[in-house]
Amino acid sequence: MRELVSEPDSPALPSVTTEAVDPVPGAGAPHLPQQPDLVQLLSPEGERLEHPDYSIDVSAEELRGLYRDLVLVRRWDVEATALQRQGELGIWASLLGQEAAQIGAGRAMADGDTAFPTYREHGVAWTRGVDPLHVISLFRGVDNGGWDPVATGFNLYTVVIGAQTLHATGYAMGLQRDGAESAALAFLGDGATSQGEVNEAMIWAASFSAPVVFFCQNNQYAISVPLERQSRVPLYQRAAGFGFPGVRVDGNDVLAVLAVTRAALAAAREGQGPTFIEAFTYRMGAHTTSDDPTRYRLASELEEWKLRDPIARVKAYLSRTGVADAAFFDAVEAEGDELAKRIRSGTVDMADPPGTAMFDRVYAEQTPHLAAQQAEFEAYQASFEGAGH
Amino acid sequence: MSTETLTIGKALNLGLRRAMEDDAKVVLMGEDIGRLGGVFRITDGLQKDFGEDRVVDTPLAEAGILGTAVGLAMRGYRPVCEIQFDGFVFPAYNQIVTQVAKIHARSRGRLPMPIVIRIPFGGGIGAVEHHSESPEAYFAHTPGLKVVAVSNPVDAYWGIQQAIAHPDPIVFLEPKRRYWEKAEVDTDATPGPLFASRVLRGGDDVTLLAYGPMVKTALQAAEAAAEEGRSIEVVDLRTLSPLDLDPVFDSVRRTGRCVVVHEAAVTLGLGAEIAARVTETCFHSLEAPVLRVGGYDTPYPPSKLEEEYLPDLDRVLDAVDRSMGF
Repeated sequence: MRELVSEPDSPALPSVTTEAVDPVPGAGAPHLPQQPDLVQLLSPEGERLEHPDYSIDVSAEELRGLYRDLVLVRRWDVEATALQRQGELGIWASLLGQEAAQIGAGRAMADGDTAFPTYREHGVAWTRGVDPLHVISLFRGVDNGGWDPVATGFNLYTVVIGAQTLHATGYAMGLQRDGAESAALAFLGDGATSQGEVNEAMIWAASFSAPVVFFCQNNQYAISVPLERQSRVPLYQRAAGFGFPGVRVDGNDVLAVLAVTRAALAAAREGQGPTFIEAFTYRMGAHTTSDDPTRYRLASELEEWKLRDPIARVKAYLSRTGVADAAFFDAVEAEGDELAKRIRSGTVDMADPPGTAMFDRVYAEQTPHLAAQQAEFEAYQASFEGAGH
Repeated sequence: MSTETLTIGKALNLGLRRAMEDDAKVVLMGEDIGRLGGVFRITDGLQKDFGEDRVVDTPLAEAGILGTAVGLAMRGYRPVCEIQFDGFVFPAYNQIVTQVAKIHARSRGRLPMPIVIRIPFGGGIGAVEHHSESPEAYFAHTPGLKVVAVSNPVDAYWGIQQAIAHPDPIVFLEPKRRYWEKAEVDTDATPGPLFASRVLRGGDDVTLLAYGPMVKTALQAAEAAAEEGRSIEVVDLRTLSPLDLDPVFDSVRRTGRCVVVHEAAVTLGLGAEIAARVTETCFHSLEAPVLRVGGYDTPYPPSKLEEEYLPDLDRVLDAVDRSMGF
């Protein structure tokens, strides 16, 4: 029998604050006693820590690979934000600050596992081999995501908050029926935990012991609304109420996220049912490029979280242990510049879709009515040919 | 030839059974559909024969039923979801409209959604609130969904199998107050197409359109009108999205008059769309405006008032009179 919540015996916490929930000001509710319980394997200063439940053995090559992932997805993200500012993208949802949570979770997946992302999981997409331009095309308005969800094991982005957690759970029920030793990984944010559908997904997952892992990136804000408005208890403790384990991991620690997610996915594949992972992190950027976070959070908060940067700690660890040298870091930087260049030119050169694309694949079997409407549209468009349009 | 006398309910039960035998990927999901066999017994005996993995008694949450059905469909299954009563589909509305309807297009055809959403719909059973509604227009208005409504045991038996075999998501409306209506069903026959309307009775004076529970009412009205020397053509629409109106246009070009009947509230109901299309296509043949007979634009009333709310033979004939009077 697995424990419903992980034991509060994690190592002494460095500077990371895990006072999860303060009462809503004026709400009159008592301050719930907290027992900070954060799995951490790499401190913000880059020191390796041990955890009794989540040891991890990573090779030097894997470590360098994780660093490379982190740097490249940040570079992609920075480039996409710039492209939006220059009018090349309609909007961009930045993952800045959440790189470790996403790379750790994505790299924990095995072949056969399937991810069900929100709209911010660019880092997970990266680990699944999704071409960044296939993500960019969504934010440019060319399509709703150009990648193959089946071939990549990375589902299309879901914009309605939390809806994908049910899809992941149903998919996991299918895996169960197929006798497949694979799992579904459902992504969600702290705001999504308030959605009815997310709660239904957790009830379903528990009732059918479905091989699904709920990976919640608690980045502290649902656009502008802080976590305190979503939950009066630390999110990972919610799992106990549904009857499966919940664990909180330092979401800025790629090793801890990797270890915790690997363990949860393995348990799911072995028939032990769901796990809820709360990756405790921080959205360093705006919700999207349309957002202005200065209206709802203090600069000092941002400064505090900069000290817990997910990439700096890996770099410090790699340097200190000699696993990587300056030449390696330079090479990754150069690779990042190349990637950014490819993303930039690929975006700017991206063709608009033909007008008829909106009629495509509305149905597997198009209806006569829609076919007629498409013909009308095409005739109307054709009427402008040679008229200077 | 193997002919049986079946109620609509039993025809659905046999159709579901046959679909499950034909395709091991068919999974039924819903509230109380297993041991109980559903509150209307449509799935009676199926869990016993196909097991709990294929006839799933779900937790009591409709969004959960549809949301997990999406995931199962992504994994190659063909979920058939029972919504216990029409008014309970709304908790699942988000999943149906934002996900089920759009995922095929969103994924550019890589993720088909062969999901059937069975809904016992309509009033006339003396029920409490939320048990007598006609939500078809919400779904017919949603691109990506298809909507059919059966009116008789033959269509129930074949239609449910055709809907399950179809690659697109289908809202499958069952006329709950007619579940016990009987007819001969030839279970070896070759069924006609699912997405086609059907002329049930020929006539020259007025074209009368109905679907689901109102088909019987329309036929009764035509019968009564015939006694007064009026010849009414009755069309069972059968498919609400896509609409199959070519037979309707042919009919209206002959009769010059058209009346649409449904239980749903008239404003922006199926009748409004049909009136627009008939007018666009048959304008020069029309002798009278297309008239609608439907529920009033009120919440479905307490059951002591439903006889007043629901279109009946007299209200249909009244509309026929008004059409003839133009």
